[in-house]
Amino acid sequence: MESELIEKQAMIENDFCITFSTINGSGSATANITLMRALFRMGIPVSGKNIFPSNIQGQPTWFTLRVSKKGYLGRVKDDDIVVAMNPASLEKDIAALVPNGVMLVPDDLTFPELRDDIIVYKMPVRKLLKETNVSPAFRDYIANMMYVGVLASLLKIDITLIHAALEYHFKGSQKAVESNFEAVKLAFDWAEANLEKRDRYITAPMNGTEGYIMTDGNTAAALGSIFGGVQFLSWYPITPATSLAETLHDSLPKYRQDPETGKDTFAIVQAEDELAAIGMAIGAGWGGLRAMTSTSGPGLSLMTEYVGLAYYAEVPVVIWDVQRVGPSTGMPTRTSQGDLTMVNFMSHGDSQMLILIPGTIQECFEFGWRSFDIAERFQTPVIVLSDLDFGMNQWMTAKFEYPDAPMDRGKVLWEKDLDQLLEKNGGVWGRYLDIDGDGIPYRTLPGNQHPRSGHFVRGTSHDEFAGYTEDGDTWVANFGRIKKKIELARESLPEPVVQLREGAEVGIIASGSVDSAVVEACDLLSEEGNNVDYLRIRGIPFNKAIKQFILDHRVTYVVELNRDGQLSQLLTMDFPDVAYKLRKVAHMDGLPLPAKWITEQIRKSEEN
Amino acid sequence: MVTTSNQATNLVGLSRADYRGAASTLCQGCGHNSIAAQIVAACYEMNLVPEKVVKFSGIGCSSKSPTYFLGRSFAFNGLHGRMPSLALGALFADRTLEAIAVSGDGDTASIGFGQFKHLVRRNLPLVYIIENNGVYGLTKGQFSATAEKGLELKHQGTNPFLPVDLAMEALISNATFVARSFAGDPKQVKELIKAAIAHQGIAVLDIISPCVTFHNHENSFHSYSFGKTHEEPLHEISLVLARDEITVEDFERGTTREVTMFDGSTVVLKKLESEYDPTDKMQALNKLQEAADNNWLLTGLLYVDPNVPILFDKYNIPETPLNRLANEKLRPSSEVLDAINNSMF
Repeated sequence: MESELIEKQAMIENDFCITFSTINGSGSATANITLMRALFRMGIPVSGKNIFPSNIQGQPTWFTLRVSKKGYLGRVKDDDIVVAMNPASLEKDIAALVPNGVMLVPDDLTFPELRDDIIVYKMPVRKLLKETNVSPAFRDYIANMMYVGVLASLLKIDITLIHAALEYHFKGSQKAVESNFEAVKLAFDWAEANLEKRDRYITAPMNGTEGYIMTDGNTAAALGSIFGGVQFLSWYPITPATSLAETLHDSLPKYRQDPETGKDTFAIVQAEDELAAIGMAIGAGWGGLRAMTSTSGPGLSLMTEYVGLAYYAEVPVVIWDVQRVGPSTGMPTRTSQGDLTMVNFMSHGDSQMLILIPGTIQECFEFGWRSFDIAERFQTPVIVLSDLDFGMNQWMTAKFEYPDAPMDRGKVLWEKDLDQLLEKNGGVWGRYLDIDGDGIPYRTLPGNQHPRSGHFVRGTSHDEFAGYTEDGDTWVANFGRIKKKIELARESLPEPVVQLREGAEVGIIASGSVDSAVVEACDLLSEEGNNVDYLRIRGIPFNKAIKQFILDHRVTYVVELNRDGQLSQLLTMDFPDVAYKLRKVAHMDGLPLPAKWITEQIRKSEEN
Repeated sequence: MVTTSNQATNLVGLSRADYRGAASTLCQGCGHNSIAAQIVAACYEMNLVPEKVVKFSGIGCSSKSPTYFLGRSFAFNGLHGRMPSLALGALFADRTLEAIAVSGDGDTASIGFGQFKHLVRRNLPLVYIIENNGVYGLTKGQFSATAEKGLELKHQGTNPFLPVDLAMEALISNATFVARSFAGDPKQVKELIKAAIAHQGIAVLDIISPCVTFHNHENSFHSYSFGKTHEEPLHEISLVLARDEITVEDFERGTTREVTMFDGSTVVLKKLESEYDPTDKMQALNKLQEAADNNWLLTGLLYVDPNVPILFDKYNIPETPLNRLANEKLRPSSEVLDAINNSMF
């Protein structure tokens, strides 16, 4: 009895990390997502991160599946289990294992005995494949299903849920479901009969995923935009933003056809490049459409000049930047938070863009719709900073919430509105005239038939009536009004999310997808008896509450995924008098930050 | 609209004054001013309502000119070479608008070459006027891509490159209306603009418009003296509005070819050339090559295909302007979101 109890305590239940090491283009994605979905259906919190090359076929690729009963979704650096299907990366994969870690490997794969502290299970993939009647063309795909079966046996994953996951994946193609499941079952049965379990990892059903769905940030952003009433999308393909636009291509016809007329309430153009994509979106935004584009670093660089024009000419437009590693082509398939300072000043001349930074997948959806309200309210570009980790990875997330506010179309005048305004305002209206004293002028839209509505919009200097002028005082007055408008936005953007703990003297500030790692890091620090407070920024320019948070703490660590600490830089500029309290915790190697790395950095700094 | 009774008015009750813009700030004698005047005349004669017209331009001397016509219309002066994308996005907001864009040779043949060709390929309903002078004027005289080989400039010496022929570029990008004219021939300019307005798709008008300040050398293609002496009109052209039947009788049938435009009006081409057929693309390309080889400034309607579907025909969008759709048409119901949530794994 006693030995059994010790045995049981030693098991590690619902808290480990599996890395699948495969060759890209070999169809491993289906196998990996199937396992992830089965675990999710068991009620176990899971997260999956695809670490893939900028390549179509033949290069090493990894998928890391984290199982976490506490619900942590961040990346873990070390692997508990490695499924090693790729001879080219074997040595690296073995080295990544924790002591007593597990390696699953096809039995015909030879490798050097590098470590004696790991458990190796050899899978007869080739032999089992022969027992299936699958055509040679699908062998590689089916081979990957074999490890699903073996893992299901070793980890006690409910095999009926694997079937359910396959049914969801192949949506109605019963033949595909059954041929894949046949391979899973074959390998499962083989493992049940032949493998003696020697490792400590195990899963068990729990109640940790109720009310959650699984999706990715690009899908969430696209769906959020649809509920935000997006009317125009112009875009150019670029990793990792492509799937955002493609989801809109797929979903807009489903959800946004007028049932009365059968007509679309939107239009999509795949542009010739990002220079044109942004031009089209700004044209449409000027025309009064809810207009957006989606891109990543290199595309964003190309868009810069037009965004500056939109800022100065006061045209609403929404730009999703799904960040990857830059500068230049950088690491196109790796994640980063490196575009922050660039988008903050995204123009030559003085500028300040409005920036939204979703920190959860649910917020990707929310900012999908909210960004349009903000862009139209303030008549300015809104840049939403997502990243590859959000955009292209599968996340468990709370269900999407329906917008809690009606659409805010801002100060738009149609014919009757203009008549009323002219009457109220002594017959005076100008496109850039600050009638309400809030810095936000009224705009008329092309097609307005009122004889006073037409005006000439331009990127050249203009007066309150949109007339060309090179008068310095006029420039100062107009540009000051734009600044006033942007300052007003400061407190109108989504406010920071604050998590306070008892007695905390130290604060952490972060934004975006590092949230999952920071949340975990805060818990780890608490477990060590070092409570920290956490503030997550969701909008720039910064809310004043952020300054108070910095003031309230002895020291505040700014955690981010870039080299230079860009968020820290912007905070320093905006709040110079409290900047001495900020400590940069920044790193960028193309992978999401692990919580342990964050705690190590903070511990090291606190010890000094 | 308020118009004084002693002024002549058109079918929509407007006088010529209603089509004017601000006074020009371009150089005295600039070809662009003459073109602006013909746009005013063409819009008046075509009975356009200024509020239903939207103007676009890029950057350069040419791109300033939308200020000088149709002062009551909406306009957007965009970025250098990137007016096409701006116009395309804007016109999706209200497809019932008439669009007139003015660009230059630097704007279209250099920095905006890509956007120009892609716009043409998409057949956006837009009158695309290029005021082509072969020179960068605002930066005080550098060669553009349409400048002829062998020209001399003060700082750059001799131009070693052959010019870009924008009419040819438009043709091979499948433009549905391509014309070339000369700013010193106001009647032809006006008639071609009218025909371009009547055309349902993109209408490219390459108008040689001499720069009096930086590029008016006697031997240059882009000079007044060259234009006046080397202009080779393909045909005389008149646009006959569908509702205006009288003028049709003014033309001798035997020497004309009519092209019926999408709006029902007719372009009447009085042929000076024996068998020029403006619906024959290969002939248009051959003519342009022949003109280049012989140093002719070939003017007239080079090519037209009035029946090609326009960009908006490829979309399932309503005639009602998208920018007037009510908010409730734009946000699906909460039931739809519930269904989406439930469809997720």
